[in-house]
Amino acid sequence: MIRIENLVKTYGSVHALDGLSLNVEPGVVYGFLGTNGAGKTTSMRILSGLARADSGRAWILDKEIGQPGSDVRSLIGVLPEEPAFYGWMTPREYLRDFIAPLYDIHGQVAARRADELLEIVGLKDAANRRIGGFSRGMRQRMGLAQALVHRPPVLLLDEPVSALDPAGRKEVLELIETLRGQTTILLSTHILADVERVCDVIGIIAKGRLVVQDRRDDLLARYVTPLFEIESEDGFGHWLEWVKKQAFVTNVTVSNHTARVLVKDVHQAQKPLLESLVRETLSVRRFEMVHPSLEDVFLRLTGKEA
Amino acid sequence: MFRTLLAKEFREQWRTWKMVVFLAVFLITGIVSPVLAKYTPELLKMVPNLPAGLADFIPTPTVADSVVQYLKNTEQFGILLVILLTMGVMAQEKERGTAAMLLTKPVSRSAVILAKWLAGMTILLAGLLVDGLACFAYTVVLFEPIPFGAFWTLNLLLLVYLGVYLTVALMASTLARSQAIAATGAFGGLIVLIILGSLPRVSDYMPGQLANWGSSLVLKGDVTAWPALGVAAGIIALALVVACLRFEREEI
Repeated sequence: MIRIENLVKTYGSVHALDGLSLNVEPGVVYGFLGTNGAGKTTSMRILSGLARADSGRAWILDKEIGQPGSDVRSLIGVLPEEPAFYGWMTPREYLRDFIAPLYDIHGQVAARRADELLEIVGLKDAANRRIGGFSRGMRQRMGLAQALVHRPPVLLLDEPVSALDPAGRKEVLELIETLRGQTTILLSTHILADVERVCDVIGIIAKGRLVVQDRRDDLLARYVTPLFEIESEDGFGHWLEWVKKQAFVTNVTVSNHTARVLVKDVHQAQKPLLESLVRETLSVRRFEMVHPSLEDVFLRLTGKEA
Repeated sequence: MFRTLLAKEFREQWRTWKMVVFLAVFLITGIVSPVLAKYTPELLKMVPNLPAGLADFIPTPTVADSVVQYLKNTEQFGILLVILLTMGVMAQEKERGTAAMLLTKPVSRSAVILAKWLAGMTILLAGLLVDGLACFAYTVVLFEPIPFGAFWTLNLLLLVYLGVYLTVALMASTLARSQAIAATGAFGGLIVLIILGSLPRVSDYMPGQLANWGSSLVLKGDVTAWPALGVAAGIIALALVVACLRFEREEI
């Protein structure tokens, strides 16, 4: 559905993209994950035709981007990181009278679609207010609405929930989830919890290159290193020094009353850890074997690459 | 698609009051020009302690004074207005991010430029109509009828003349990435055209000559400026081509 091969883009001495390649299968929600400046927005801009790559190629639905007679823009809906609108227009006017006709949607069909989208993104009550007075969150919702006007098969969403409050974020993520299967979504973000929640496939980008790409569950499984979380009421005392010296332990971090013990082999480590806690008579509130979050995987991978 | 872009431009000019201000200034110019031509000499005669006999030297105003006044005022205010109206239109869209939103839609970049140009020229035409009608009516009342055909030909020449400034300002706005740079470019273009228009021999070929031609038509003179008309049309076409080519290649 979306294919990128070896994209390179430089701005002066900065390598925004340094041989980026990735492949997004039809119908998936692809989480494009990276720190600020990793190359996410540049990739989005190239895919949406706003910028040109120095080298490399990209396709959307088998149409090559930037080639004469191969305009992909009617196939995509784009939500930029900071969507901008004409402040003097109302949302209804913007969708019905401006955006819809650009996709050859006119009259009653355009009016119905505009109202339907305003309802979906929660702006129905503000349909006749000037966009100029909208908050950033409302603009982001508006941005999502304009990207969906023509029911595009591919959506490019650049940080779609970064400006939203928790309730708004939940609603938009739910909306994205409803599009799963019918629309291919490339969603760039640096908020890992959102990716973990809605994305089927995750691509991690660092310094303009794809570090890893896999299905979310496979990625977590692949990079999982079992971890124990131990919560104690009175702290850990001498036990902390003991545990750090054990050969089966690779790392120990403590925050508040919780110790996170990263081990080489969970089966080998479980028994001695439990025994040691009993031996030290610590007031253990919780002893849990957890898997690292996507955040752990992300930091590990980007840290290694950085 | 072009119709949608054009409709948005008109709606924007109307809703942001730019069109209203533009038409109002032209209307006032059209009314004031014949009034000033008619009553300035009379006002001068009413100045206290005027040296004896000087009042006899102040000529009685004629329809020619009304036309000259109209031409001078329309030229001055018109140039300023079209530059102010146009210099931000593209730079503002790029600066605010609305251009990036628009260009992810299936629209031709040249169509965006041409829609802005056509909207600007249409508003300019409307301004000249308002201006001309007001001047015509007041001149008929205060003096005598102006030769109808010649007067409207004068206004067509003014449309081309002011269209040069409008198109150069649009080009500057397209080449610039910010409104401040666009304003500098637009007024820079104005200064270049004024300097070229003041050079002997070169001035015969510059758009400013169109105003003289128009005036001559109404006042039964013998000035023509076909080369200047060709140069004006050439500048408009060239500025449009440069703006379109630049915008087609620009990364937003």
